[in-house]
Amino acid sequence: MSNKIQLKHGLDIPISGMADKVTKKVMIPGTVVIKPSDFRGLKARLLVKEGDTVLAGSPVLAAKENPDILFTSPVSGVVTEVVRGEKRKLLEVRVKADSQSKSVDFGAQKVETLDAEAVKALLMKSGLWACLIQRPYGVVADPQTAPKGIFVSAFATAPLAADVEFALKGQEHAIQAAVTALGKIAPVHMSFNAKVKSAFERIQGINAHYFEGPHPAGNVGVQIHHISPIQKGQTAWTVTMHELAAIGKLLLTGKVDLSRKVAVCGPMAIEPCYIEAVPGIRMDELKAFYGTTGEQVRFVSGDCLSGENVTISGATGFHANQITLLKEGNEYEAFGWANPFRFKLFSSSHTYFHWLLKWLCPEKKYDLDTNLHGGERAFVVSDVYGKVLPMNLFPVYLVKACLAGEIEKMEKFGIYEVLEEDFALCEYVCPSKIDIQSIISSGIDLMIKEMA
Amino acid sequence: MNLRNIVDKIKPTFEEGGKLAWLHSTFDAFETFMFVPNTVTRKGSHIRDCVDIKRVMIIMVLALVPAFLFGTWNIGYQHANAFGLDWNFWQICGYGLVKILPLVLVTYIVGLGIEFASAQIRGHEVNEGYLVTGFILPLIVPVDVPLWMLAVATAFAVIIGKEVFGGTGMNFWNPALIARAFLFFSYPSRMSGDSVWVGGVQRFNDCGTAFATGGNALVDGFSGATPLANPSGYSVVDMIIGTIPGSVGETSVIAILLGAAILIFTGVASWKIMVASVAGGLLIGWLGGMVVTDAVPCWQHLIMGGFLFGSVFMATDPVTAAQTECGKWIYGFLVGALAVIVRLFNPGYAEGMMLAILLMNTFAPLIDHCVIECSIKRQAKKAARLA
Repeated sequence: MSNKIQLKHGLDIPISGMADKVTKKVMIPGTVVIKPSDFRGLKARLLVKEGDTVLAGSPVLAAKENPDILFTSPVSGVVTEVVRGEKRKLLEVRVKADSQSKSVDFGAQKVETLDAEAVKALLMKSGLWACLIQRPYGVVADPQTAPKGIFVSAFATAPLAADVEFALKGQEHAIQAAVTALGKIAPVHMSFNAKVKSAFERIQGINAHYFEGPHPAGNVGVQIHHISPIQKGQTAWTVTMHELAAIGKLLLTGKVDLSRKVAVCGPMAIEPCYIEAVPGIRMDELKAFYGTTGEQVRFVSGDCLSGENVTISGATGFHANQITLLKEGNEYEAFGWANPFRFKLFSSSHTYFHWLLKWLCPEKKYDLDTNLHGGERAFVVSDVYGKVLPMNLFPVYLVKACLAGEIEKMEKFGIYEVLEEDFALCEYVCPSKIDIQSIISSGIDLMIKEMA
Repeated sequence: MNLRNIVDKIKPTFEEGGKLAWLHSTFDAFETFMFVPNTVTRKGSHIRDCVDIKRVMIIMVLALVPAFLFGTWNIGYQHANAFGLDWNFWQICGYGLVKILPLVLVTYIVGLGIEFASAQIRGHEVNEGYLVTGFILPLIVPVDVPLWMLAVATAFAVIIGKEVFGGTGMNFWNPALIARAFLFFSYPSRMSGDSVWVGGVQRFNDCGTAFATGGNALVDGFSGATPLANPSGYSVVDMIIGTIPGSVGETSVIAILLGAAILIFTGVASWKIMVASVAGGLLIGWLGGMVVTDAVPCWQHLIMGGFLFGSVFMATDPVTAAQTECGKWIYGFLVGALAVIVRLFNPGYAEGMMLAILLMNTFAPLIDHCVIECSIKRQAKKAARLA
């Protein structure tokens, strides 16, 4: 392992509810939801109307700026509802799924013979182009740009994240096909956990990198920062492993198959395990995991640090392969801050004794809830953020630049390199309870607007 | 009926539209003091660490407790020594408490009053930062400082030193030191000299009588000078234990080191600043010893006056210190170095710690700026190499 990168900063949060490595049931979804909000900066044009029948792979949305980029239905069925919000903003397209999914046939490909343009065209028309995320800013990749690389993280470190080795077992072929195809566009960099032997290390045509360290070592943004930092004017694309598998299946079979193993986890999940599901499944179809009413449950599409709060009537996001069920912590706690122990909660700070508990019983997990555990304050403590951010950045300065909306300073402090998820741990540990991810998010939105 | 029900019952009175809505911030401060609020996250990190600013501040206060307790005892001990009283432990502590509690009450009542009012005006929550400031302030003044002076200084520090900048987290000078500097320059006769450091001495000199002297006069050969003014007057052991005259909390090296241990272990204050400050003091003390003929050994600067107290509790204030890790080394080193430079080369001020910290507070943003610029340039070079 020549190019091993050791990351010291970070934090693995011992939250309970890890999904067992079994697939309990295949989700046959009643309704699948397609949400334009899953794609940052997307101005979507609707291509279907209520009552239309669609197949898996039929276009549903197109990007206004680039009509070649299509967003397709993951299942076959009937468009039952187009949900719009204020000013007729398109929120959701709901597709009632058939019992048996039928797909559009894009034709199996000879991957070796495809050129970059053919790969791009196929991905755009099949809807899988949306899997490619472009940094800076985390938008859907622009096919006209030439990225300096396509980066993939082949391991996850986020709390309770789906285990890549388990979830994608047996899909090495598909991933190999996808890597070969994407390799025609730009060099593919894949990062592995230095401590775990991966089945995907055998994949040909990748630049392999090895990372070791606590979360967020598995975040692709952190990895890019150490492999090849994004400078002004450069772009990099990222794609997740399970979406690589979907791209591979499209290349090999000609069919859009977005089904993936989704980890249903978290302290409120009953018998947490994996399910086989497509993106956009509704939370209220997961009754088996949250019991009867779903009151006092926070439904998160993604992990508990940077996932989306979707509520019981919401649906999983396009990229998600994890659903976290947390307890809503809307309760008062008498003299909590003065309690010396608070062993039901968790703190990485030495102002509590959880370090001792960690030392005594390292396997202890905590049922963490969504309480803020304090009131919002100005930035007071300066050194807690750097301890959980393994990037050579000055997090507080970047956050303050975002708050002030100063483009030049945001550039200087590294806005091109980061997405919200990279700051999730900073937000988690912040004693001032500042919504750091929201601030970074508004900073990125401002950059998109101003630099367009 | 439990406490929560009572709070819920009276809450509407303090909310918008209620009779006492103008006390909203005050009510909120007391409510959140008793109960961690039931607010939940909305997006972003759905779970949060259970540490908050209240916890950070209470640890800071806890770290000050050894110095506070020793200071209380030492007030009585110094007084008893000065007037030749044969007091037992409890009498000593009793005198100390009678002297120090009014100081604590004044700083808290005046300071928190202003904090509550400005939080109400701004519509913010009351910040806990003042709990520490109000606890430090009585520890860095002479025990006999008149209460009205302390009240004026506290008000000045909280308003001019902090609230005009936007409250805790926005200020760039340590508020407790602003108060001390205000006292020092406005009322020098009460803040320096040989008669202010031991309780009752100044009043005895002025009026011929003082509280709890038992009818005694000052003992023969009483000096009342601090080691800074009279380095040969006290043994090293006295200075380490802290049985010497001085500001209330600054005398005992042992008590301060206990506090430092708590701060460093809990990570509430930066050990880098503490270590760098001591290193800076030692280096300048050593260099100065070669130039100044009657200088004390360099290590002795550490145990005299407010050097250690300042290094541990005041230079490390996370808001006013340097924010970058590298900057903390530079900042701390300069604090220690400047303090000893003032001590050695400025006959006007026996103690340089206060001025050193305030000066470095002022320059901390500049230090950070330089550190960040260097780091960004280095990054750019590295990126160019990788590309």
